[in-house]
Amino acid sequence: MSVNYFPAEFEVLRNTDKCIKCRACERQCANEVHFYDADFDKMLTHDDQCVDCQRCVTICPTGALKIHKNPNEFRQNYNYTQQIMTENYRQAGTGAVLLSSMGNPLPYPVYWDKILINASQVTNPSIDPLREPMETKVFLGKKPNKMSFNEDGSVNTKLDPHLELSVPIMFSAMSYGSISKNAHESLARAATELGTYYNTGEGGLHKDFYQYGPNTIVQVASGRFGVFKDYLETGAAIEIKMGQGAKPGIGGHLPGAKIREDVSKTRMIPMGTDAISPAPHHDIYSIEDLRQLIYSLKEATEYKKPIIVKIAAVHNVAAIASGIARSGADIIAIDGFRGGTGAAPTRIRDNVGIPIELALASVDQRLRDEGIRNNVSVVVAGSIRSASDAVKAIALGADAIYIATPALLAMGCHLCRSCHGGKCNWGIATQRPDLVKRLNPDVAYKRLVNLVHAWDHEIKEMMGGMGINSIEALRGNRLMLRGIGLTDRELKILGIAHAGE
Amino acid sequence: MKRVYVNEDRCLGCHLCEFYCSFANSGADDMAKAFKLDMAATPRIKVEEGGDINFAVSCRHCSDPSCVNNCITGALSVHDGVIEIDESRCVGCYTCVLSCPYGCIVIDKKNGGRTITKCELCTRNSQGEPACVKGCLNSAIVFEERGED
Repeated sequence: MSVNYFPAEFEVLRNTDKCIKCRACERQCANEVHFYDADFDKMLTHDDQCVDCQRCVTICPTGALKIHKNPNEFRQNYNYTQQIMTENYRQAGTGAVLLSSMGNPLPYPVYWDKILINASQVTNPSIDPLREPMETKVFLGKKPNKMSFNEDGSVNTKLDPHLELSVPIMFSAMSYGSISKNAHESLARAATELGTYYNTGEGGLHKDFYQYGPNTIVQVASGRFGVFKDYLETGAAIEIKMGQGAKPGIGGHLPGAKIREDVSKTRMIPMGTDAISPAPHHDIYSIEDLRQLIYSLKEATEYKKPIIVKIAAVHNVAAIASGIARSGADIIAIDGFRGGTGAAPTRIRDNVGIPIELALASVDQRLRDEGIRNNVSVVVAGSIRSASDAVKAIALGADAIYIATPALLAMGCHLCRSCHGGKCNWGIATQRPDLVKRLNPDVAYKRLVNLVHAWDHEIKEMMGGMGINSIEALRGNRLMLRGIGLTDRELKILGIAHAGE
Repeated sequence: MKRVYVNEDRCLGCHLCEFYCSFANSGADDMAKAFKLDMAATPRIKVEEGGDINFAVSCRHCSDPSCVNNCITGALSVHDGVIEIDESRCVGCYTCVLSCPYGCIVIDKKNGGRTITKCELCTRNSQGEPACVKGCLNSAIVFEERGED
């Protein structure tokens, strides 16, 4: 017998004047919330199973549905909130670690929202991107400290391998397994059309997607899932995943329910087994060890591909990045604590790591101070929500940004944060064939392309406003930023002045 | 000629096309009103379900249509490639229902089966484009030219 009562988090409101009993809600809810009762001749609901994914609300042809927060609450307590109480009840019942998905939802400060962007007035006139050329192309990789030229003007310096991005935006790592095949296909096709890159995540690369190799970043994580020669050779770059913003200090988690035949083949692991990546890479315990893996991968791919090292933003991120910049990596990717995930222990997702804004500012400054900023490009991830966040990130020192949650939103995600359940009603974070089908890649890839084009337009507008016509001139240009409502300490870390200064 | 096609890999079996079809041919200005006031028409499209595969079927508007050829009263005819039904001439013999290889001729339950009805690509209602295509959640139903006769 259970002594605990779990109030339904949400309540489904149905306007019976509008409901035509078409039962589309019932057919489309993988959580089996809606059902038809023949005796009452009515649609009824199991509210306790609702995750507020908004699928039924979106598809209802007469707009008869609404979902709201269940007003039934435990006695108000700012310390022991209802969430903390139910989590403890749950754990008392199961004895298990709590799982969550998507980014940290807690009300920590969002520094992007406390930074303002400059614009030109009178002097240094602004530029109209619709009338004048505006460059948002970016090259990622090691930059030579010195260039030499032959007498005929051709370059004599040996250049390291680079990634060429037509927009400073890439799709960040989401593994096949955590997201569906149709979602992967959409990302791959969008990256190809956009002239940028998507990232396989740590789940290997499905054989159908080798054709998108020139726009694919292949990841090598601690579990080494799906890593073999062809995989490494197919990608345009290789990313070593040391950490992930949503769960610094631990490896990836993919529940066994998502490991069906194709995922099992791609990951090269048995069907139905949980894919829990080790917390560390068992061959990396120092920067020297990391260097060995970097050069093993370079050797394996004949020094033709840049190597990215991805780390989570943690307390001493600047020192770690400094080590990575000296280890032979071409690109450092830093993932902030608000980054998303398909499954992570709740306590870790909600409490470990630091904001990407602060991590980026301190890494960029440290690398500049040490004179090794040109050794690497810096890519940031972990909740870049809009084009203005992207502009702020670039002005703080990033070479490019990784987006994942906005890409999921473009594909239909409503951030119900139930990915770990594997029953995504939008066909994204699921492997159930009937649900995967709901994401039509022909539609989704166009929406991804639209999203990035729109961001690119906005980035150009904002750059133009500042009188800047190339990303190169915006990068690390912190004079273009001002803080608002920040302490001296925060301003110092961000390396920006306060508004009005 | 542009026709309605369904991609069975994308069809979710949600049946919404049937409801949008009913509404489109109801003459009502509001979907809830159409169904609540019993104005909804018999749907001309039908979702066939079978395990993992679902697909919505509606008239193929064949270039050599058995239904038209076999119609005993001349109620079925072809206009600009669209097979149309003249309800005033239909006597409800259902010969067309028997002869359609796709099962796309629908007995009109609205009038007790006195006549048949069928998809006319929303050319005779106020939709402008096929309502099933417009309402399809997953863009599984498309209205396009595929170069067939």
